[in-house]
Amino acid sequence: MAYRSHVLVCAGTGCVSCGSYELGAAIEGEIAKRDLAGEVQLVRTGCQGFCAEGPVLIVQPDEVFYCGLKKSDVPTLVEEHLLKGRPVTRLMYTPPAAPAPVPTLSQIPFFAKQKLVVLRNRGLIDPERIEDYIARDGYAALAKALGDMTPEQIIQEIKLSGLRGRGGGGFPAGVKWATCRQAAIHRGVEPIVVCNADEGDPGAFMDRSIIESDPHSVIEGMVIGARAIGAQQGFVYIRHEYPIARERLAKALDQARAFGLLGRGILGTKFDFDISVVQGAGAFVCGESTALMASLEGRVGEPRAKYIHTVEYGYKNLPTNLNNVETWANVPLIINRGAAWFTAMGTGDVSDNPWNGSSGTKVFSLVGKVNNTGLIEVPMGITLREIIFEIGGGIPRGRAFKAVQTGGPSGGCLPAAHLDMPVDFDSLTAAGSMMGSGGMIVMDDQTCMVDVARYFIAFLTEESCGKCIPCREGLRCSLDVLTRITEGKGDEGDIALLEEMGGVMQDACLCALGSSAPNPVISTLRYFRDEYDAHIRDHTCPAGVCKALIHYEIDQAKCDGCHACVTACSTGAITGQVKYPHLLNQDLCIKCGACVDACKREAVLRA
Amino acid sequence: MPRLTIDDLKKMRDQTAGALALRAGTARARVTIHMGTCGIAAGAREIMAALLGEIERQGVTDVLVTTSGCAGLCSREPMATVEVLGQAPVKYANLTPEGIQEVFRRHVLGGDVVTVSALASGCETTG
Ligand SMILES: Cc1cc2nc3c(=O)[nH]c(=O)nc-3n(C[C@H](O)[C@H](O)[C@H](O)COP(=O)(O)O)c2cc1C
Ligand code: SF4
Ligand code: SF4
Ligand code: FES
Repeated sequence: MAYRSHVLVCAGTGCVSCGSYELGAAIEGEIAKRDLAGEVQLVRTGCQGFCAEGPVLIVQPDEVFYCGLKKSDVPTLVEEHLLKGRPVTRLMYTPPAAPAPVPTLSQIPFFAKQKLVVLRNRGLIDPERIEDYIARDGYAALAKALGDMTPEQIIQEIKLSGLRGRGGGGFPAGVKWATCRQAAIHRGVEPIVVCNADEGDPGAFMDRSIIESDPHSVIEGMVIGARAIGAQQGFVYIRHEYPIARERLAKALDQARAFGLLGRGILGTKFDFDISVVQGAGAFVCGESTALMASLEGRVGEPRAKYIHTVEYGYKNLPTNLNNVETWANVPLIINRGAAWFTAMGTGDVSDNPWNGSSGTKVFSLVGKVNNTGLIEVPMGITLREIIFEIGGGIPRGRAFKAVQTGGPSGGCLPAAHLDMPVDFDSLTAAGSMMGSGGMIVMDDQTCMVDVARYFIAFLTEESCGKCIPCREGLRCSLDVLTRITEGKGDEGDIALLEEMGGVMQDACLCALGSSAPNPVISTLRYFRDEYDAHIRDHTCPAGVCKALIHYEIDQAKCDGCHACVTACSTGAITGQVKYPHLLNQDLCIKCGACVDACKREAVLRA
Repeated sequence: MPRLTIDDLKKMRDQTAGALALRAGTARARVTIHMGTCGIAAGAREIMAALLGEIERQGVTDVLVTTSGCAGLCSREPMATVEVLGQAPVKYANLTPEGIQEVFRRHVLGGDVVTVSALASGCETTG
């Protein structure tokens, strides 16, 4: 019998870790108990984007969104909503500062402002059922590409769409495909297509989510690309730490093979193509194209000089076309709906040159000091303010916005003055940051920008492969200098030294890990120079973060001797008699800040 | 599963698209069965089963079926509300399994209000 209602339970990594499988099982049990099994279908979807509120689910067709669910909520939910049709207000989402919960997806600003293209199927289909994907026009673009288009026409359509690589560089995909095809024809060899699912940026999970919620969109994109380029063999390079994504991808590949969408004679035509999955061990540098190819071949994942590009000599010296997960996932829609539909979204005019703008949408993982963390997809050209304050719901606890970091570890930090800037490849680069693969970290006024720069440089120092000296030594020295500054031991000449080292790295590093590594330092120097100066000249940390430069004390006039700080302190640094002002012993204090949070009278001061 | 051709793929899409239309919220009509305690006691669940069975038999994929609470007229349960896209909603009362099937065929599919069991057109305003 046809189902009248679908319960779409999120089974993305975030929600799974909050117990969404158990929740789903409990709902299934309750549905069976209430004899609703023939009327209501439970579907496990990929990440629905609102991971901060997990586990989440949507009841369709009512469009009601529930979040933060517990197993004990299940009987009420099933009886009230699924049986009697009375949505349960207390389990719905309440936006920050809203007076009451809001029931439906379209009323929640987090969802309402987004534009789902790549994530069109998120929370809608069961990623483990190819039938669901097909029902939503899946593989129709492949049928069109194989049935009605020549490889040249496919490439032309991608070129006209202005699609630029979503993995970091923003290189026009159509141009890359054309170069790869030409190189293969010219040399009379078979080209290779590769999907980059290495996703090494700390805190980023765009690509993981795309694969988890809609693996077939990536596969379909790759088959279309292979057809255009003339490849018969493809790889997905995915990191080992993504077990759910790997499992769903493997299942999807098996289903595609069984349905004749991969393998020999795809869709009854003469076109053969198959995809293998290769696991990476999680080194950041292996996301870089030449290191990735080396790793694919089973060699150590180290970059090589790129005077010869991998589109000409890549995997096993064959012409190799590497694109990011999100880039591939855009392809079926462009083929299905046409380049003009795609260019209607975004900025600039890409009609005769894809470098002249940014078309389509971009997926971001929105994290840090923002109320609604999660995975979002927005049209190119949206402003940072709309993302952070409308979709993200602003800064928690009413604090002030200070900066947003985009572009991954080697991206940059942009200050409040740039909030109204459109988010696209070229605007971000011009402002000293970059699009990168789509990490977006929001920072509030309690963030120290020198410490942020130090954090990213420390990450890159760890991840540098060490093959070339400017990167290996430049990062190590930059880290030393930054650490000294955060400890209050900086010298006047330090900033000039950082700038000089950054310049050398930009010019002389072998790969983009090293040449873009100075970005966190350069962008924070550009916009937050005064904070560096405060650390170096005044030995203070204005944000109150750098431990060596702050200390805590108790305001004797405000302290009423409630003893809360004494309980909170793990080192016994605070002493005092109940009802009398307390004292803080600097020698024992480890500057953890627990007493500040514990004190209700704001008597503990950070100075 | 046999390997698909381009035609098979299209057929498969057409057969399965309906189920997903429900999730994507694209439909031409919505039938709401009132499932308060009174409605359930009066046989609303049998009405639901009869309706879903009829939808299945007719092979219709773009009609939504939902439940809602008591419509406030407990003596006339089981009740249902039919909303055809772009038309005023109509409430039906004292339904039987055969009655709801007739409403589905004549009103939802045919576009004629089944006046014998119709209670009222329009809806209470709220707010
Ligand atoms: C250090 C480093 C790490 C990278 N990591 C990734 C990654 O995790 N995923 C990715 O798609 N691209 C990554 N890239 C970019 C790739 O080298 C390459 O440009 C990209 O995969 C090409 O695909 P696109 O044109 O579709 O973006 C990285 C680049 C560098 C220099
Ligand atoms: S720039 Fe850094 S990561 Fe790249 S090759 Fe040189 S040492 Fe290795
Ligand atoms: S900052 Fe931490 S260690 Fe220091 S007094 Fe407060 S609670 Fe104790
Ligand atoms: S994992 Fe459930 S919303 Fe992201």
